[in-house]
Amino acid sequence: MQLHVNTGDGVPIYLQIANQIKHLVGARRLVPGDEIPPIRVLAQQLVINPNTVARAYLELERAGVVIKRHGSGTYVSEQGSPLARKERLKILSQRIDSLLTEAGHLEINDEELFKLIRERSETLRR
Amino acid sequence: MSAPETANAVEIQGLTRKFKDKLALDNVSLRISRGRVFGLAGENGAGKTTLIKHILGLLKAERGTVRVFGLDPVARPAEVLKQIGFLSENRDLPAWMRVDELLRYTGAFYPTWDTTLAEQLRERFCLDPSARVKTLSRGESAKAGLLLALAFRPDLLLLDEPSSGLDPIVRRDILEAIIRTVADEGRTVIFSTHLLDEVERVADEIAMMFHGKIVLSGPLDEVKENHYRMVLRFETPLAVEPKIPGALSIRGSGQEWTLICNGGRQQTIEAATRLGGRVVAEETPSLDEVFIARAASNVSAPKA
Repeated sequence: MQLHVNTGDGVPIYLQIANQIKHLVGARRLVPGDEIPPIRVLAQQLVINPNTVARAYLELERAGVVIKRHGSGTYVSEQGSPLARKERLKILSQRIDSLLTEAGHLEINDEELFKLIRERSETLRR
Repeated sequence: MSAPETANAVEIQGLTRKFKDKLALDNVSLRISRGRVFGLAGENGAGKTTLIKHILGLLKAERGTVRVFGLDPVARPAEVLKQIGFLSENRDLPAWMRVDELLRYTGAFYPTWDTTLAEQLRERFCLDPSARVKTLSRGESAKAGLLLALAFRPDLLLLDEPSSGLDPIVRRDILEAIIRTVADEGRTVIFSTHLLDEVERVADEIAMMFHGKIVLSGPLDEVKENHYRMVLRFETPLAVEPKIPGALSIRGSGQEWTLICNGGRQQTIEAATRLGGRVVAEETPSLDEVFIARAASNVSAPKA
């Protein structure tokens, strides 16, 4: 599981980790039943405070993305799939908000923006 | 008679210290809870090492009090020092000793020295037992120093600029060793540094020092959440810096100005609007930016 942490980011580190893991689950690079590293192992790998990893894992548990099994570790939850979709949509929503804000700054209206998205989608599909 | 179990590893109240005319510490108060990683940030000369010397009992408080695990380090040096693993910035290690001799020698001072742990650390740090200390590279010296501070399992790990002068690879090794300690043993760690991205990765709580004063302290999350970087755009270019109350620092020119602020978001936006500006971007600043902004404004934040 390759994660990376960006300190100057603005997004709190625990959230970066939680989002990346949600991403991996959404992209099926982590599937239900896969184990994610113990807190202290991930903390050592990423060279960050274990409390930060703990907070990320708590967030993931809360969101139903992972489940902690007593004494035997933390695993991607079976109910991963329907939630994965919701998570995927949430991640895209955040990106869409950024895009809309930037379009606003650049004075590109919605019409033009949608047109542009369609154009890019067609280009990429070719 | 040992002190009752305290929740705080270190408690400093109103500590003041003068060297000739210079106020090295100016009414410093800090509370560091057990089991936390505490980052002490500040540029060289801010007072970090002076503060650390008080914790070690090397300096006696001129005004104010210092307690380590409930004890006065000046009055009870033996009891306090046996609980502190200290890595000094200078890495004063006896140049002529071999690494294995150094381990045996240091181990003799500490009843809690764990020979197995010392050996594990020596291997992990790739230190040749037969090498003389004077032949060690800077990075190896730092690791040797850290080994000595860790091997007797002290309750408090006190590190003065542990990454000073080291390349990124060694810095990472050292940070990793510190994290391992925290993860495995829930020890209290205090480290001073001017490398703020290390603080961001590793600290639970932080304090920033500037000219002997604490200008900021609190849980890292809260400090970050309480600061923001705002970019303002003005219709007409401004010839001089806009005066925005609540901004710790302002830089820019013409139409675009960037502020670093702490709290009072609504007032800042209103002030900007009154001057003809609007907010075009708002983000959480890095700790570096917060530090520079605070140093520039030299304003103390209300305690978190």
